[in-house]
Order: sequence, then C-alpha cells, then structure tokens
Amino acid sequence: MMALAWLIPCALALGLIGLIAFLWALNSGQFEDLDGAGWRAIQDDDKDPR
Amino acid sequence: MAQAVRAELRVVGGSDHETGPAQVRSSQAATLVVENMQCGGCMTTIERALRSVPGVTEARTNLSAKRATVVFDDQVTDMQALIEELNRVGYHAAEATETADAHAARRADDLMRRLGVAGFAAANVMLLSVSVWAGSASDMDPAAKDLFHWLSALIAMPAIAYSAQPFFRSAATALRARRLNMDVPISLGITLATAMSLFQTVRGTEQVYFDAAIMLTFFLLIGRYLDELVRVRARGAAENLLGLKALSATVIDADGAARRMPARALKPGMSVQVAAGERIPVDGKLIDGETEIDESLITGETVPRFATPGALIHAGTLNLARPITVAATAIDDHTLLAEIARLMQAAEQGRGQYVRLADRAARLYAPAVHILGATTFVGWMLAGAGWEQSLTCAIAVLIITCPCALALAVPAVQVAATSRLFGKGIIVKASDGLERLAEVDTVVFDKTGTLTRGEPSLKNAGAIGDAVLARAASLAAASRHPYSKAIVKAASDRGLSVKPKGGVIEVPGAGLSARGPRGEQRLGSKAWVAGACAESGGTATLWYFETGAKPVGFEFEDAARSDARAVVGALRGAGYQVELLSGDREQTVQSAARAAGIDEWEGGARPDGKIARLAELKAMGRKVLMVGDGLNDAPALAAAHASLSPSSAADISQNAADAVFQGEPLSPVIELLAVARATQRMALQNFAIAIAYNVVSVPLAMAGHVTPLIAALAMSFSSIAVTANALRLRSSAIAITSMEQTR
Repeated sequence: MMALAWLIPCALALGLIGLIAFLWALNSGQFEDLDGAGWRAIQDDDKDPR
Repeated sequence: MAQAVRAELRVVGGSDHETGPAQVRSSQAATLVVENMQCGGCMTTIERALRSVPGVTEARTNLSAKRATVVFDDQVTDMQALIEELNRVGYHAAEATETADAHAARRADDLMRRLGVAGFAAANVMLLSVSVWAGSASDMDPAAKDLFHWLSALIAMPAIAYSAQPFFRSAATALRARRLNMDVPISLGITLATAMSLFQTVRGTEQVYFDAAIMLTFFLLIGRYLDELVRVRARGAAENLLGLKALSATVIDADGAARRMPARALKPGMSVQVAAGERIPVDGKLIDGETEIDESLITGETVPRFATPGALIHAGTLNLARPITVAATAIDDHTLLAEIARLMQAAEQGRGQYVRLADRAARLYAPAVHILGATTFVGWMLAGAGWEQSLTCAIAVLIITCPCALALAVPAVQVAATSRLFGKGIIVKASDGLERLAEVDTVVFDKTGTLTRGEPSLKNAGAIGDAVLARAASLAAASRHPYSKAIVKAASDRGLSVKPKGGVIEVPGAGLSARGPRGEQRLGSKAWVAGACAESGGTATLWYFETGAKPVGFEFEDAARSDARAVVGALRGAGYQVELLSGDREQTVQSAARAAGIDEWEGGARPDGKIARLAELKAMGRKVLMVGDGLNDAPALAAAHASLSPSSAADISQNAADAVFQGEPLSPVIELLAVARATQRMALQNFAIAIAYNVVSVPLAMAGHVTPLIAALAMSFSSIAVTANALRLRSSAIAITSMEQTR
C-alpha cells in the first residue's frame, strides 16, 4: 500500500503536467496553423528571431 | 492599458529599437487573405515581402487559413500598399472581411480545451478502472478497491461537470423549446451514470461507471470538435473567396485628386472612377462618360447595355468600353436590388426549419430509451427484487443505451465527407447542406456564368486564317475588352505567338486601330471598320480590316463550360430531372439548352419568375437543387431545397448558397450530389451499427448482467466502429449511379 501512496499521486501529477502543457499550447495559438508549422521547422532563419 | 504595453513590447522586441513609443501607438493589426499561398516557400516570400514595406513591424502567415496577419504603422503605410507589394511578388491578396468567424473559432477552441480535460480524466480513470477489473479476477483488497473508486470519483466528477457542459446546455435549450435532440439522452446518460456511480461508491459496491461516463464525454467531444472545426474551415474558405473578390475603388475628391480605397468604405455621394474592363464597385448613377455595361452577373443577359449619363448602374457589373465616373447612391426601394432583397427575405422565411437526421433519430430514440428503462424497473419490481436492485438495473439500461455511437454516427460521416469535398474545391457552408443535397431529385441550372463560362469566346475561329487571327490578336492585346481578350485567347490556344503591337489607338465604343508597314489596321464595330472600308457586310459582332484586304468578321458566344454536356448527361443518366432557368433572351437560352442537352428550359425569367417555377416544382413533390451565380438567382438559391453556386458568383448569391465550387469544370455538381448521397447512406449504416450494438447489449442490461467492464467495452467498440466506417468515405471512389455508362 505504501507504493500506491507514492505512485498514484505521481501518475496523476504527470498527467496533470501533460494537461497543463496542452492547455498552454492551445492558449498560445500553437494549433492555429498546423500546415504551416511543419514548413516553418525546415525553413532557413530569416535573420529574424522568430 | 496592460494590453497596450504588451503590444508595444512585442513590437519593440520583434524589430529594431528605433521604433519609438509615439509610432507604436499608431500601429494597427490587419488580416490579409492571400489566394495562392500554397507551401512553405510562399510563406517565407510573403513574410519577407510584407516586412520589406516601410512601416510594417510584424508579419506572420497562416498557411492553413491562407491568411497573413500584419502589424503596421498606419501613418507610414496602408492596406493598399501592402496588397500592391504582394501583387508585385506574385500573390493575389485582399483585406479579410471580419465576420462571425472569430466567434466560431473561439467555440472550436473552447471545445478543444474541454476535450483536453476529458482526455486527461478518461486516461487516468481508465488506469484505475483497469486495476480494479484486474483485481476482481485476483484478490484485490476491498479497501484498495474503494480507494480507487473514490479516486475515480474525484477525477471524473469535476472533469464531467466541466467537459460535458456543451451537451447539457444544448439539451436544456432543446427541452425549453419542448423538443428532443440527441443531447437530451446523452445528458441523461452521463448524469445518471455519474450520480449512480457516486451512490454506489458511497455504498462500496462494484457498480461504478465513472470510466464509462467520462469516456462517453470524451468520444462525443471528439465528434463535436471535428464538426465545429470543419465548419470553421469551410466558413473561413468561403470568406476568403468573398474577400478576394472585394473591389477597390478609385475615388475622385472634390479637388480632383484620385485615391484608392476599398469599395466597402465608399459613402453615398462619392465620385468613383471606373476604368474600361473594371467591375463597378458600387451602386450608383452614371455622371460622366458613355459606355457599354455587361450586366450578366445581375440579370443573366449576355448582350451589353449601353449606358449614358443619368443611367442607374449596379455594383458588380462590368464596364466594357471606356472610363466612366459613377456617383455612389444609396439603394432606393425601386431598384432591382431592393426587389431581390425582398424576395430573398420571403424565400428564407418560406423555407422553414429543416430537421436534421440525427435529431429525427433522437425523436424516435429518446422515448424508446425511457420506455426500456421504465420497463426494466417495473419488471424487476414485479419479479420481487427490491427497489434498489431494480433501480440499479434500470440505470444500467440507460447507461448502455446512451447514444454514444448514435451521436457520433452523423458527425463522423459529415466531417469525412466535407473534408473530401474541400480537397476538390467544393466548400459546403450550411451544416445541414449535405443532408438536403442527398434528397435532391431535380437540378435547375442558371445559364450565364453557371452552365456557361460567363465570358465571350470566339465562335467562328475555324473560319479565320492563322495569319489574320495572329495580326488581329496582336492588335487586340492592347485592350482589356472581353472581346479582345477572347481573340487573344483563341490565337494563343491555336499556338500562334501574340506580340502586343505598339502604337495601338483605342477609340472608346468603336474599336482599335494601328498603323503598320502594310497600312492601317482596324478592329472594332461594323461602323468603325466601315469608316475605313465601305464594303463590309454580314452580321458579325466585331470586324477586322487591313488596308487592301477584305474585312473579316468575328462572332462571339458565351461558351458552355467544357464538361456541361457530360455533366447534364450523367445527371439525367442517374435519374435527375434537369432544367435550365435563365434571365437571358429565349433564343440564347434555347441554343444553350440544346448544346447542353437539356429539354426543359425557360428564358426571360425574372427573379420572381424563377421562384414561381421552383414553387411549382415543389408542389409537384420535387426536391430541387438550384445552381446559379447571378444576383437574380439569389432569391431562387434561398428558396430551393438545396443550392450551389460557382465561386465567381455575385456576393449575395454566394452567401445564400449552401455550397460553393471553384474552377471551370461543372463536374463538382456531380461530385457533390454523389458524396451527399454516399454520406446519407453511410450515416444510415452507422445508425444500423449503433442499433445492432444496442440489440445485443440492452437485453444483457435488462437482465442485470452488465458490469462496468462490459459497459466500457461496448461503448468504445461501437464508437470506434462508426468512426472507422465513416473514414472509408475519405478514400473510396464514389460514383453517381450509372455515371460510368454516360462517360
């Protein structure tokens, strides 16, 4: 039972981190242009920090 | 205030530090639609081009939406400059129209957020449930089992309270209007499953369904989200089309200075200059100049109208002959436009509410679910079980019949169908459009711009020699008149090289002339050519003459779309009744009908005449698909059972239509009807799968044999089965019945 007391909160916390990361990504507009995001990854940088 | 500060920081961080606060305050954000943004390369080019314009501080493209967001200083530059810069690097751009789109996108985002929460909760509750199921087989400590149930409750209940709100809200709205929709049994199932699970957790029994309740919510949200996403994309694409067609106008100020501005910013009383070959951006009165106006987009009439000062001119018509000045006026009640607005209002009210398939199913399904639940309860009571056991079985029935698959059945198929059509340039805008299209048995076409291309093409090209055609074309290349363009096109289609001739003089309303080594060349009206050579005869529209040769006549027609005849044949082969209904003259309509192979035709139809014919067909029990593009078709598009318009259509018509297709071929009509029918077939198949699952599992539930494990498995399998079935629609070849034979 001691193992459960550790493992269950761990599992929940990890899941929660994933959820928070997802909500953060959603709110910062990272799902807005799924077609374009793939292209941006392979493009040369334009001296522009973005 | 905080927002202003953040905007300032972003701008400063994004570019050089010379941008002082004073300039930042006048910066504004705007969205541009860019038509031919196709790949990553375009994104870079467009962003670089926009950033190179002085005053632009930030530019970011969105490839999925085909849009670019620009932050610029409106004291240094303006929208027009940005659009012109993009034109220079080869992209057709326009200012995006701001509409309800933002609202729908927010709704999709909201669903996504709820979906994320439901997914998180479903995964964790499942983890705990699987342990409990595994534990039932071995020797799990009852205390640990209770702990797991309580943990499940702790995760599932807040998650359901948040994630399932869209269903609760929709169900409440339906109930308040005394209707039943699919969300009523869904909400009931989710709520009861949660409430009973809590009760059983308190009692410490096995009948805990938290996993089923949260998974149900998760699956249903997926369907709901995809549905919304497709609609947002379709609406965005439709708005892009309208935005790109939006005109800009050259306004002449009181002091005589000319400036460009978007047509929608025009105000009554402004003087607008319209060059030859341009579309007229505003309703108004001709105040200076005489010209010919092509009104085919408004009335369907292909022969241009001659307009003199004082004539009323409609927005969207084409100025053919020479520059004119138009005074913008407010629309008064006697114009054609006002009549069309009146007819459209009447047509929209007359069409009535269409009840969607899923809601029709819910009307049958919801009462059946409640009757089954009640029967189970009464049956167990009569059999002598206690009220507690009877109620447990009744609730198990309600949970198992909760229409998970049923509620996914239609959205999943619609999403697959809509994205398939989207890939072929057909945008389905109305959410119930596909269902109405599937019921269509009669197709009514408009002529000009729908069955035909809506632009003249050279009819007697075969009778004109290569040399003459080439010389006429090099003369015509100097002009923007549609007839000139048709000659140039005919010449380049034949593979002749067309070199624009220098020194061409365009005489408005008459024709073109040039002097060359062979003497004078003229291309124009009969009177204009006859001025140089008296012996021209015949009835051709345009004549070409060069010194020392016989004049050659050029005849034009509004040619049918390349596959019009094949499409009409395929439709008739598949059992559709096809009609032609046009505002053009009888004779033209007759020849177009004959060319396309349509027997039923009517010419000279006014907007109210078109509606009358549609009402007649409706009275005969026919479901009509109206395909039209002109302003005069708009009321008919709104009145028909379903409607389709090409992307070249008048704005009002495009807005009224259920779907819009792009490109020259007419074959999207067939694709659309075939996919709509396949969609309907597949939705019914999915209903059958869902019902088959209920036939198996409901007796089990009524007999009291449903454990939480069975409920969870049954729910997942039926949902995955209907989704997988729907995905077949994306790839499978769909043909309209007996279409192959006619090809």
